Order: sequence, then structure tokens, then C-alpha cells
Amino acid sequence: MQRYVITRIGHSIVLLVFVSILTFVLIHAAPGGPAILLAPEMSGEQIKQAERSLGLDQPLPIQYLRWLGNVARGRLGQSYGAGLPVLGLIVDRLPATLELVATGLLLSVVVGVLVGVVSAVHRYSVVDHFTTGVAFFGMSVPVFWLGIMLIIVFSTSLHLLPSAGAYSLGAPASVGDRLAHLALPAVVLATANLAQIARYTRSSMLEVLNAEFLRTARAKGASARTVIYHHALRNALIPIVTVVALAIPRLVGGVAITESVFAWPGMGQLAVDSALQRDYPMIMGVTLVVSMVVVLTNFLTDLSYLILDPRVELG
Amino acid sequence: MARVAAGRASAAGMPAAPAGPRRPARLRRFWQNPFAVASAIFVALMISAAACAPFITAHAPDRIVLGQELRAPSAQHWLGTDQNGRDEFARLLYGARISLVIGIVAVLVSVSLGTVIGAVSGAFGGLVDALPMRLTDAMLAIPLFFLLLAALAAIGSTVVNIVLVIGLSSWMTTARVVRSEVLRTVNLEYVTAARALGAGPGRVVARHLLPPALPSMLVSSTLGVGQAILAESALSYLGVGVQPPTASWGNMLSHAQSYIFASPLLALWPGIAILLTVLSFNFIGDAVRDTLSPYQT
Repeated sequence: MQRYVITRIGHSIVLLVFVSILTFVLIHAAPGGPAILLAPEMSGEQIKQAERSLGLDQPLPIQYLRWLGNVARGRLGQSYGAGLPVLGLIVDRLPATLELVATGLLLSVVVGVLVGVVSAVHRYSVVDHFTTGVAFFGMSVPVFWLGIMLIIVFSTSLHLLPSAGAYSLGAPASVGDRLAHLALPAVVLATANLAQIARYTRSSMLEVLNAEFLRTARAKGASARTVIYHHALRNALIPIVTVVALAIPRLVGGVAITESVFAWPGMGQLAVDSALQRDYPMIMGVTLVVSMVVVLTNFLTDLSYLILDPRVELG
Repeated sequence: MARVAAGRASAAGMPAAPAGPRRPARLRRFWQNPFAVASAIFVALMISAAACAPFITAHAPDRIVLGQELRAPSAQHWLGTDQNGRDEFARLLYGARISLVIGIVAVLVSVSLGTVIGAVSGAFGGLVDALPMRLTDAMLAIPLFFLLLAALAAIGSTVVNIVLVIGLSSWMTTARVVRSEVLRTVNLEYVTAARALGAGPGRVVARHLLPPALPSMLVSSTLGVGQAILAESALSYLGVGVQPPTASWGNMLSHAQSYIFASPLLALWPGIAILLTVLSFNFIGDAVRDTLSPYQT
């Protein structure tokens, strides 16, 4: 166990370094520079001086190693735009993003697995056809458009739910208020993954439902419910966990769009703004933190195989 | 050691004939699926409408008419006008050109790259297999959308760049699928026979290992077009995709959101266009999979 965890941490660090090099090369290789260096009132000499003070006149490998060295010491540098520490800005906004991602993930896994099981058990029934249709819709709908449509229906027409932000400004904080703000963004973020998880659960369950150990379970008198949820689902869960693991990076990517649609005060907006402004330290910081979240959740899903399947051995 | 050069020769026996029904029967199965037929017709109509846009509408998609902003649908403007007085229907048609071209060309890029990577790592073992597969795992494990954003903001949002960025970031599924198909066939008798007859590794891959992988490649390309159209629309919505005044379905939506009180319908049309097009590609891909590989659920 200990050796496994250490190897995995090693792999994760290699992956994070790979991602950071990729990001670094991509954002620096392009012509032009950070938006703050493009101000029309700056003279050539002032721009050169600004570049020197930001270290942008150094060769790329040196710039990268310097950044890496700072990260190793827990420093992510300062944002070009606001002049504030990158780490502070991210820490301010990380909770809101995690709240949204966690709710979206929970929603897509719980509802997706449930829908998939019902579809598989009642194969080719009305329910199955209906959920198949909804799943295709969920996989094909543009996330941000779904958001806009839900805003039109539930906010501007029915006035049931708020259309922007994570809580009401000026009002006393309450759980109901936060949940009302969370509802639409979480549904929008969950939709695509929910659809995919439902499809995978269905086909994974269909494969298991014909297995002989289920016949044995039925023969020894287990109830239908026990057979489905205890014996079948437990064995169908392993491929489902793989899909969930693959869904997490996409969920985290989708959060940038969802946050833009609903003006959610999270890291997604920070990412979009810093990309547009070419705020190098900010882009690097956001990508690093987001990748760390993804790597960590991947690690946790791998560990969950151990719990789900006693045959899995640590490699 | 290269798998194509040193597969274990199997014992006696004729090379097995490819299983499955003959081609006409397979095609009939595709045409018996009503969703697939409707989708194929819809995609064909959409492509022709995009190609013939100047003959369908007399309006220019980027002609700004002052005093004609946010008009309701009328005989003059079938779907009304946008915030700059431009004809919404014309923008939808011309936007289809951009969105479809980006979707299709990006998939050509990603499928070519994925096929090369998958075929090479499947056909040759060892490090040549391990390195690309680790790269694939890494690419699947990171939130690519953030990278796409940063990359496009950095290199500039031209149509060519958008195609490249989407194509270069979506080859992983194809690579995995092609690799597993190649691994499945690389030790079959007919491949061994081809090697015994003196075919080189390049010929074995191109003539004997890739053709059986074609159905899976077809499925992942069809599904990929839908995903690429979605990616383009999302990037354009965030402002790093197709730039105004050129219309794309994504950037039309980005502007429409500012006017959901005045003209909620403006936000409806481009979204429905994206939804139906992506839905069609997904239905077609699914039907192709059912048609070509009857054993998969």
C-alpha cells in the first residue's frame, strides 16, 4: 500500500510537470505578449524595462525553471493584471468552484447510475426509450446554451430561481438562498456527464444481468431488489467508476463555461479572463491548481477500485 | 521487438474469413434505423443549405442596418434581426459554414493523428508503444479546456488555429480505439501469412492492420464531429473562438445572452442549430456502430 501510494505520487508529479511545461510552451510560444505590455502609451524603452522586471527577457527554459523553483517554494507569483498574488486570488475563488464541481459530480453520478440501472432492468420499455432520448439530448446540447435557456425559463419568465452569482448580495446568508443559486449551474454542469454515466451504467448492467452468479442469487431466494442493487450493480460499478474518472477532467473544463453563463464567482472566470489578458502567472497558477484537483480525484477513483473489486491488486 | 515483424506464427489452418454479414445486409440495417435516416437527411440538408447560403437568402450576414435592431421575425427577416440589425437567418446559414467546416476539418486532423499514434503503438511494442500511451493517458487526465482557452488566446483565434487546437487536443479516443483494433488483429493468421509472403511493416500496417480498424475509426470520427462543433461553439461563446463580424453559432449565442429580455428568440435559433446538428452526428455514429459491430451493446 505504502509503495503504491509513493509510486502514484511520483506519477502525479511527473504528470503535473508535463502539464505545466505544455502550458508554459503554449502560452509563451505565440507572438505578442501579455496585454499589459501592449498599452499604447508605453514607449519602447518602458516596455523593455517592464519585460526585464517581469523576467520576460530571459530564455524560455530559464523562465520555466525559475517558475518551477518558485512553485516548489509555494509561490505562484503575482498576477499581471491586478498585481495581487496569484495564490491568494485562486484560494479566494477555489471554494465556489469546488462547491459547483462537487454538486455537479454528485448529481451526475447519483442520477446517472440510478437512471442507467432502471433503463437496463426495464430494457426496451417506455422508460428505457425515454431515458435514451434524454441521454442523447444531454450529450448533444451545448452546455452554455442549456444554461441560457434555463435562465430564460426559470429566471426571467417564471422568476423561480436566480440567474447569476452564488448568493444574494446584501441579504442574510441562508442555506436556501445558496441552494437556489446553485440549482441551475449544477444541473447545467452535470447534464453531459449524467447522460454519459447513464448510458455506461445501462450497458454495464446489461452485461452483468445475464451472468450466472445472478441466476444463482435468484435461485437461492434473493429478492429482485437485492439481486439488482447488491449483486448486479456492485459488479457493474467497476466500468462505471472508470467513466466517472474520465468525466472529472471534462467536468472541471466545463466549469469555465458554466461559471461564465451564471456569473459564478469561481476559478473558471479567472481562467477565462487570464487567458484573454495573457496574464502568464495567472494562467500557469490556475492550470496547476486545476490539474492538481483532477490528479487528486483520479487517485481517489483508483483507490476506490480496491474497495469495489477485491480481485484488484496494487501494481 | 516489433510486433509486426515477429508475431508468433500460428499452427496450421486457413486464414479465417472475416465474420459478419455481407455489406448490403449491413447497409440495410443502417437504413432501418429511423433516427439514423432522419439524422443523415438532416445533416445533408444542413450541408447543402450552408453551401447554397447566397441562393437561399438575399441578406448579407454581416450587413449592419441602423434602426433595424432586434426586430421580431417577419416576411422580410424570417428569424428577425440581431442587436446590430443583421438578418438572423442569414447569419445562421453563413454561421453553419464556419461551424461545420471547423467540426469536420478538426476531426480529420484528430483522426489522422490518432490513427498514426494508435497504429504505431499497436503494431510496434516496447517503448514505441509505452510512450505514446502514457502521453494519451496524460492528455485524458488533464482539464484540456483550460489549455485550449489559453492556447487560442495566445496564438490568435483564426479559423485555422481553432481547427488545429481542437484537432490536436481530441485524438486520444481514436488512438486508443485504433491501438486496440491493431492489437486484436496483429497476431491473426492472415497477418502472419502476409508477413511470411515478405510484406514489410509499413505494408502490413496499411494493408492488413488498418482496414479492420476502419469501422471503429468511422464511428469515432462521426461522434467526433459533434464534439468538435460543441467545442467550437463553447470557445466562440467565451470569446476566444470565431471572431466577429464572422458569424458562428457559438459567437451568435454569446451576443444573444445580453438581449435575453428584449429578444429571447435570438438565443433560441443558434442553440437549436447546434443541438440538432450534434444530435444528428451522434445518432449516425451510434447507428454506424450498431451496424458494423452487432455484438456491442
